[in-house]
Amino acid sequence: MSDFHYQKEADGIAVISWDVAGARINTMTRESLRELASHFDSAFSDGKVRGVVLTSAKKDFSGGMALDTFHQIRGQEPTEEADALFAHIMEFHQIIRRIEWAGRELKSGRSGKPVIAALPGTAVGIGYEIPLACHRIIAAKNPKARIGLPEIKVGLFPAAGGTARLIRRLGIEGAAPLMLKGTLLSPEKALAANLIDAVAEPDELIEKAKEWALGAEPEDIVKPWDRKGYRMPGGTPYSSKGYLSFMGACAMVSGNTSGVYPAVNAMMSAIYEGAQVPFDTALKVEARWFSKLLMEASSLNMLQTLFLDTKALEKGARRPATIKKSELKKIGVVGAGMMGSGIALVSAQAGLEVVLIDQDLNAASRGKGKIEKLLAAQVKRRRVAESETRHILERIKPSQEYETLSGADFVIEAVYENPALKGEVLARIDRSVDCMIASNTSTLPISDLAKSCQTPSTFLGVHFFSPVDRMRLVEIIRGKETDDAAVALAIDFVSRIQKTPIVVNDARFFYANRCVIPYLNEGIRMVGEGVRPPLIENVARQCGMPVGPLQLVDETSIELAVSIAKATKSALGADYGHNDADEVIFKLASLGRLGRKSKAGFFEYSETGHRLRLWHGLGVYFPEATPQPNAEKVRNRLLMIQALEAVRALEEGVLTDVREGNVGAILGWGFAPWSGGPFGWLDGLIANQSVLSLCDDLSRQFGERFVAPKLLVDKATRREKFSVH
Amino acid sequence: MSDALIFDAVRTPRGRGSQRGSLASLTSVDISAQMIDALIHRNHLPGHDIEDVIWGNATQIGEQGGCLARAVVLMSELDDAVPGLTINRFCASGLEAVNLAAGQIHAGEKTGYIAGGVEMMSRVTMGSDGAAMAVDPRIAMKMAFVPQGISADLIATEYGFSREDCDRYACQSQQRAARAWTEDRFKHSIVAVHDINHREVLAQDEHLRPETDMAVLAELKPSFADMGEGMPGFDKVALLKYPHLEAIEHVHHPGNSSGIVDGAAAILIGNEEFGAPLELRPKARVLSMAKVGSEPTIMLTGPIAATRLALKRANLEISDIDLFEVNEAFAAIPLLFMHEFGVDDEKVNVNGGAISLGHPLGATGAILLSSAVEELERADLSTALVTLCVGGGMGVATVIERV
Repeated sequence: MSDFHYQKEADGIAVISWDVAGARINTMTRESLRELASHFDSAFSDGKVRGVVLTSAKKDFSGGMALDTFHQIRGQEPTEEADALFAHIMEFHQIIRRIEWAGRELKSGRSGKPVIAALPGTAVGIGYEIPLACHRIIAAKNPKARIGLPEIKVGLFPAAGGTARLIRRLGIEGAAPLMLKGTLLSPEKALAANLIDAVAEPDELIEKAKEWALGAEPEDIVKPWDRKGYRMPGGTPYSSKGYLSFMGACAMVSGNTSGVYPAVNAMMSAIYEGAQVPFDTALKVEARWFSKLLMEASSLNMLQTLFLDTKALEKGARRPATIKKSELKKIGVVGAGMMGSGIALVSAQAGLEVVLIDQDLNAASRGKGKIEKLLAAQVKRRRVAESETRHILERIKPSQEYETLSGADFVIEAVYENPALKGEVLARIDRSVDCMIASNTSTLPISDLAKSCQTPSTFLGVHFFSPVDRMRLVEIIRGKETDDAAVALAIDFVSRIQKTPIVVNDARFFYANRCVIPYLNEGIRMVGEGVRPPLIENVARQCGMPVGPLQLVDETSIELAVSIAKATKSALGADYGHNDADEVIFKLASLGRLGRKSKAGFFEYSETGHRLRLWHGLGVYFPEATPQPNAEKVRNRLLMIQALEAVRALEEGVLTDVREGNVGAILGWGFAPWSGGPFGWLDGLIANQSVLSLCDDLSRQFGERFVAPKLLVDKATRREKFSVH
Repeated sequence: MSDALIFDAVRTPRGRGSQRGSLASLTSVDISAQMIDALIHRNHLPGHDIEDVIWGNATQIGEQGGCLARAVVLMSELDDAVPGLTINRFCASGLEAVNLAAGQIHAGEKTGYIAGGVEMMSRVTMGSDGAAMAVDPRIAMKMAFVPQGISADLIATEYGFSREDCDRYACQSQQRAARAWTEDRFKHSIVAVHDINHREVLAQDEHLRPETDMAVLAELKPSFADMGEGMPGFDKVALLKYPHLEAIEHVHHPGNSSGIVDGAAAILIGNEEFGAPLELRPKARVLSMAKVGSEPTIMLTGPIAATRLALKRANLEISDIDLFEVNEAFAAIPLLFMHEFGVDDEKVNVNGGAISLGHPLGATGAILLSSAVEELERADLSTALVTLCVGGGMGVATVIERV
């Protein structure tokens, strides 16, 4: 099978067009790269070919490596894994290097042929690393195109010569931040940042590329790093300037990642070591670090969860297959508060007509006002073009009349978290429409709310996270009687608004909040035990949580924590048991420290609500214990309490798919992304046979909540992973 | 085991470590050779009868590179038959040089050494020789590397030394240094530096500012707050290792940290068999030595473990020591030392230290030893302990006894 078209044209230019059959976007495999090499070899050995244009027959150039191949690469020859991996990566380097030399020979003095990459659209990962080896990169002025090296976002780093070439093209100071953040740029910005050499109108792309190839001078077709006396821009790590900036880079990266992302550390080393040696040696160094990364047990967890599993869920992996895909046109949102307006906004941005209802037109219009502000902020962050905002806003119609819902394909209720109010609103919606209805709730059981609807089978929960326009996850909650058609429609809706759905069954706090609450409580308990509060907050962030538990309680409000504790206590009755965390939050609440909104909580705040420092009074009410636990113990408590809750959710059938458990945890509440999610983390502990003893230690010392659930015991005993990959 | 005896100790006055400093026009090799020649003249040494010159230096690049010690021998009046060895244990290099010599003397042979060190900070910029531990991600990111100033502030935070504590200590260092000069307490060890035409260049330490008071120091801006809290954010890196702290208090500034200066020092050390034929009178004997590695992020706590080990090896208690020289790299270091050992302030750094007089990195260890030897004689005391904190998390200590 051929992934490329090879065309020798009358002007002496060979055009190689990438066009993987049946694929929306070109991705690279070892076989494809070998084929590409053979086309280049033909061009270089053909006396009539004067130059080569590498382009794509699709609207984009390439989405990078076919990422599902990494598991295969890793699994091929386990006994000689390091050798096999290194050889595999070096083959990539050798092929790309051959393109870069373009037939040039030093001994015979034969000159090479000009090779130009002509990018019609997006070119990322190896889809940009191959152009980096060409003698020139020209891109179409395609505002949708994105160019760059995003590998770090899925736990890898650019290893098809990406680190070696980009630092030599831009200097370490220019290149490292792009690769560390995985920044993607539009063609115009890529040109300004010197990632590419030229832009052209889309219909002139190939013509301009050929023009350059036909006029290229001999010095144009030798890469700077292959010229005598080449010096890296900005200097190497031991130049006077490079030394200070590399010292700063190590510190910044350590501070931002706490060293928990193996790909980041591997890339930093590949850059540091690679910058000090000649180019071909740098490729060897890069291949060595990439092999090491792929061999680390945890390195592919992030790739699996954040890329492969997330994509699968977004493509409807959990969608009931027999139901026909629905094309939504119009939706209704009832409740124009923060959540309702957010849902209305993201829906309108996806091209849906939206009716936004509240109790009176004023309230509904205020909701639209919030949307305008959100959009203005997005324009400022350049996520939306100013010219688009008018169309988006035109699609949102504020109203107080439920009749305007008529003709809607889906209605989402998003009023305050009050069961009586929600019941009343749902009943009114139910009387006004005959489409599927959903409630956006984070705490109320869906099967109870369903009683307000005539046909509970067409009702379900959709749990959006705040802020709606920024958070990618939507939890779809299937009530006892919810049917497949409702779930399918909800998934279609979530896909339409470009968010990631997970489908869970109805149980208290569903999945995400169920796992977050124990995390908060564990942090609060430690305060009660006299653990130094900074230790709790720092260790939480250092193990990869986006926000420490005490800060998170302050953000969501201590008042809410108190009311959840009281509600849970009344719901569970005698089963509730003693909870050390309650004492702490009741104490703070009694002192009027209700969290950020009262400008006093676990933290102190300025008059303007800016968080200043942990409140020193904590040490007065909860005196510091001696000795203090070490960081590892705190870390294990904070991660394990979440992971065990995820296992219980799986065991009880709230969660039915491990992929959703991992993706939901990272996208929903930011569970340590490096781990690939709670099940990814546990899989690591199962693999090194430490999980059960860890649970034993923790439960002996801190209580039954750390007792390993049966499902975990079974898995650990059989040394079987949760994840299926 | 034969005793390692200190026969003589000399040092240059410390010049300000900038182009305005008095020593800045002389080379590192030159001022080193002048100290060696001073030992030769003062002790009527034959030029060939030295086993080795061991020279400490913390920035071995340019004129301080390429086996500086051998260059020093070749410029000095020593015979070409004397070799040279340059060593780098950062700030303790000058003391480590003496300890290495002492260790070899302990081994037995009739032998004498010249050991010491030099640092011309005005000419060879601190850190300009590069260091993998600061930039190689495999080390820097693994050990949580931060610059020394951040480490010093971390010590102050961890042990609760306030800005006022540090400033008060700094004022006292200035007052003690001024008193030492007024009372001529360095008269035996100080050797004026001359130019090639024998014109005197510098005869007195020039970094000290006796007028310093708390009000003057209170005006100074913390030196490490920006790099800690702003870019690139070293505080966050330090908290990776010290997560029980909420934030680092940035208390150190140029007024309570060691001064950047130029200087050199040399010690003549040997055994009885070496000294007797030359009619040298020993001033002190090395009782014990120690070097340790310590936690590298907080970096500067090494003197604690090094002191404990040196005392143990000398079979002494802390209370047996009459005099301490604890390098004033930052005010927090002697404060930490006194806090940990409960020693009386009146015994520690009695003639000032690196805050008032300056810290020529590779030379300071030998300077502190020279000061201790002279003060033991002057004050008629018996034992002294010299210790320095070291970059990368190390510490060196030496215990001596007046003979």
